[in-house]
Amino acid sequence: MTFELFVFYLFAAIMIFAASRVISVRNPVHAAMYLVLTFFTCAGIWLLLEAEFLAMTLVLVYVGAVMVLFLFVVMMLDVNVEPMREGFVKYLPVGLLVGLIMLVEMVFLITQRYFKSEQFPIPERASAEGMSNTESLGRLLYSEYLFQFEIAAIILLVAIVAAIALTMRRRPETKYQKPSEQIAANKQDRLRVVQMPSEKRT
Amino acid sequence: MDNLQIATPEIFLLAATCAVLVVGLFTKPKSNAVYWLSQLTLVITLMMAVSQIGGETKTGFSGAYTVDALSASLKSWLLVVAVGIFLYSRDYVGARKIQRHEYFVLGLFAVSGMMIMVSATHMLTVYLGLELLALSQYAMVALHRDNGRAAEAAMKYFVLGALASGMLLYGMSMVYGATGSLDLNVIADILAGNGDAMTAERTIGARFGLTFLIVGIAFKLGAVPFHMWVPDVYEGAPTSVTMFISTAPKIAAFAMLIRLLVGGLETLSADWQQMLAIMAALSMVVGNLIAIAQTNIKRMLAYSTISHVGFLLMGLVGATSEGYSAAMFYAITYAFTTLAAFGVLLAVSREGHEADELKDLAGLGKRNALLATVMMIAMISLAGVPPAVGFYAKLSVLQAAVGAGFTWLAILAVIMSVIGAFYYLRIIKLMFFDDATDETEVKPAGDVSAALAVNGVAVLVLGIAPGFIMSACIAAFA
Repeated sequence: MTFELFVFYLFAAIMIFAASRVISVRNPVHAAMYLVLTFFTCAGIWLLLEAEFLAMTLVLVYVGAVMVLFLFVVMMLDVNVEPMREGFVKYLPVGLLVGLIMLVEMVFLITQRYFKSEQFPIPERASAEGMSNTESLGRLLYSEYLFQFEIAAIILLVAIVAAIALTMRRRPETKYQKPSEQIAANKQDRLRVVQMPSEKRT
Repeated sequence: MDNLQIATPEIFLLAATCAVLVVGLFTKPKSNAVYWLSQLTLVITLMMAVSQIGGETKTGFSGAYTVDALSASLKSWLLVVAVGIFLYSRDYVGARKIQRHEYFVLGLFAVSGMMIMVSATHMLTVYLGLELLALSQYAMVALHRDNGRAAEAAMKYFVLGALASGMLLYGMSMVYGATGSLDLNVIADILAGNGDAMTAERTIGARFGLTFLIVGIAFKLGAVPFHMWVPDVYEGAPTSVTMFISTAPKIAAFAMLIRLLVGGLETLSADWQQMLAIMAALSMVVGNLIAIAQTNIKRMLAYSTISHVGFLLMGLVGATSEGYSAAMFYAITYAFTTLAAFGVLLAVSREGHEADELKDLAGLGKRNALLATVMMIAMISLAGVPPAVGFYAKLSVLQAAVGAGFTWLAILAVIMSVIGAFYYLRIIKLMFFDDATDETEVKPAGDVSAALAVNGVAVLVLGIAPGFIMSACIAAFA
């Protein structure tokens, strides 16, 4: 067994273990942590495939941003997942049946002639000698796919505009601080000296 | 530089949209500055698009973007429709709690998405243009935030739209797997047998992808059996957004259909002809029959849209260039006619009152004769009665279908349009022969009345002299 194969099996085993823990642990925070582990080992497997750009994005975007956000949500909302598990045994047969049908379909498709892997040969190595995967991706993105890249940027802009337009609203009941008015306040505005005759304690 | 030159309309539109977005920040919520700037942007873009008509076919950005007769004329028409949409919806949006700056900016983004779709000859560009259009529209539907029904409609539209995009992407990935390219021209070459050998097995893979592509497109067009979202979204969305959804995007969806099925997969036309024929027949039957039972006019127009999508698809079933031009004519004139119908609905609505039930139109002939006349012209055009343009559009798709041997479909279409005439004519009866339940004066702004009059006259004149648009449609597929 070569070293590469050993690393693959190691990562694959960790990934399967972590992925099954994601859906089996009771504590949602732990589940999120196991999901982080799953993503991380998956990035490792991609590194083995020399897809270092994908591996980096997976770690940066999913582990770095999405999962942190996820953890925040889970920790702040105090989600009680127990009720969601109640029907687990009841739905297990249906779930298994669906899974089995999907497995049979996949095997059928992959082994039959139309979708057999021989029909779709492995593409040739695209990256030239001495050029990393990231570099060739970058070159493609900013030359051949420039138009699509720009449209994708516009789509993100639309998402921002839409999200702000749909959620931002002026609430009259919200109290805002106005520092300029606070500084400009003087004694006459805030303080009123009232003259009262003294009274006896009753 | 050649690349940038052919894409000037889109580049200008997007840059101007960003500028309008910034201007919106510095103007008061009540001001019309954003509206006028948006209209100016659209008109300048329209002039740029018109200047491309008659030019030679040019492809740029590594095959991602094409300017040809089809794209130049479709872009011009959809920009004209967009100018109308903005004009008709100005007062409606202003009178409601809809953020008008965002409304017009999102509208401009949607228009640029449509233009990108029209020019796309690369599956990635098709998809991205579609998403740009769809995302802007989901947001526009939800923009009336205090309205629960708008939120519900936006949710339905978003979920089903995402599902449709997924289907489309899956189909694209299968076609990519079978042909090894995303460029539609290259795909057409490979499927036709040029280049490396196209085995029977790989053709099956492409057909498999084709099925999903058609499902995705049918969702976006709203063809039966993928029409479930149409009535709910039309009814729930603010009327101005319903008008937006039902007019210009139909032209863009038609372009997408042509680019994918004719531009890329014409070799497989024997397969998609059958699928389109079945969808066309079902759409015409379901749309026309269910529309009869509707009392809400927006729902009724939704089912009417479904039936018209059936007619549009009928033009394509023959896979002949006459049929394509007939369908293109249908898409353009349908957008114009629906624009007039919704324009009247928007003008009849006022602050605190939505004209969306049939009875709201009762007696409109006495309340405002101009609006009632425009509505009547739109209805006879949708019903396909001469001399309105709808008659000529229906006639040309019927001719194409009969010419291609789909006589059964043509007979069904004629029967269905006779049944459909009932609910269009009912509106005319309501407007002119029934007593008004609501005597409030209907007084739209001067420019809106003028534009509606022009729109109504155009629907009539194009029906009498259709050659102007028809020759452009024929040139697009010559």
